[in-house]
Amino acid sequence: MKHLLSIEDLDASAILRLLELTDHMVEISQRPIPKVPALRGKNVVSLFFEDSTRTRTSFDTAAKRLSADTMNFTVSSSSVNKGESLRDTIETIAAMGVDAFVVRHRSSGAPQMITRWTTASIINAGDGWHQHPTQALLDCYTIRTSLNRRDGFDGLRIAIVGDIKHSRVARSDVQAFTTLGAHVTLVAPPTLLPPCVDDWPVDVSHDLDAVLPDLDVLYLLRVQRERMDDALLPSLREYSTMYGLTTRRAGRLPAHALVMHPGPMNRGVEMVADPGELPGSVILDQVTNGVAVRMAVLFRLLGSGADLGGEAS
Amino acid sequence: MPGDTGLREVLSADDVRRALTRIGHEIVERNHGTDGVVLVGLQRGGVWIADELAGVLESIEQAVPVGALDVSFHRDDVGLRPIVPGSVTSIPVSLDGTTVVLVDDVLFTGRTVRAALEALNEYGRPRAVQLAVIIDRGHRELPIRPDYVGKNLPTAGDEDVRVSAAGVVIA
Repeated sequence: MKHLLSIEDLDASAILRLLELTDHMVEISQRPIPKVPALRGKNVVSLFFEDSTRTRTSFDTAAKRLSADTMNFTVSSSSVNKGESLRDTIETIAAMGVDAFVVRHRSSGAPQMITRWTTASIINAGDGWHQHPTQALLDCYTIRTSLNRRDGFDGLRIAIVGDIKHSRVARSDVQAFTTLGAHVTLVAPPTLLPPCVDDWPVDVSHDLDAVLPDLDVLYLLRVQRERMDDALLPSLREYSTMYGLTTRRAGRLPAHALVMHPGPMNRGVEMVADPGELPGSVILDQVTNGVAVRMAVLFRLLGSGADLGGEAS
Repeated sequence: MPGDTGLREVLSADDVRRALTRIGHEIVERNHGTDGVVLVGLQRGGVWIADELAGVLESIEQAVPVGALDVSFHRDDVGLRPIVPGSVTSIPVSLDGTTVVLVDDVLFTGRTVRAALEALNEYGRPRAVQLAVIIDRGHRELPIRPDYVGKNLPTAGDEDVRVSAAGVVIA
């Protein structure tokens, strides 16, 4: 595995193997000194053309726990503002000696494009509305651990609620969850569903209350306030009434069901109840698992080469 | 195993059991009992052996904590070997001030043990670390020697030594 660009590139066994590797990373993260020398000397550069403190920090922490060197390249303080092209930026930084780029870009497909200009590994940390593969992997890991489904998600019922159309998280999650065998229902107003949703291996509903009692996982997406300006939603209040998770709605979920959210949360919009008081909330586990999953991805891309053969002793 | 061509048995199941019993007694003798002793099996071949040794120690003295250590991320050849799923580290107690007995099936180049010594540092500072192996097959590449040995077994570098509760064979 050279790059991680899209969940589409992974089959079920590749996803499960990454989640198994994540078990090791969780154990490392729980040690008194959570650091191993596995990626010593490797240089990991975060290249964020769009702000995301939590994802960048998560990757940074992951790289440091594996003893990789990290560099942060923030666009606001860089020569991109002086008119340098994406290609020149990549080639310049790569010339300093880079083993992996972690890329966040507002344009779908930018990470794919970058693979042509450098020999370094590329990890997609979110590109436009397209993909956010490490988010999907950490969501899978959280479900696998919380519901004890080590061998896949056969028969699990997962609803993803909210702005599906503009969400790379939804796209990646749908692919990952269905690849592992889950049954996914998208719940959203018609204006926030993608036009091509008929081709997706999912059910669609506009009625959250009807879906709730059968769920194993309720996955809420962030509603971006700028969608109001696009006239896709009449008002946040109306959205909240129809699709927000209230304490009353949470009571309709089965007792074992998980509540998940990729963050950052809009309290009072998609999340009306206090998530701290929802028994099924694993939202902070998602954040913790995010670091371990990103360690696994970095290790898989930079640390695991060919088998030497012979004995380990 | 009998009937399996290309395999040469060097220790039978009984031999392995006797070797473990003897090593258990040596551990007790060397440490004047089992106070402060922690057995740590190296993933994966050493884990079952550490469990067996724990049984021996319990029968002759008293029960000791048993852990398992995965050294994959500490190896000097990291990345050249696949990580074995499910072989996660578990160290049940703080290692500060304890006597850790590292347990493995075969001692060969010594690189796994070096990685294990480094990994142990992250769990605390043992008072002493000792090494128990079923087979010492030679070919050391580092200044590392075992404290307890089931059998010294001269081998060629390209031979494969397999240890299980059913015995030890060379392939």
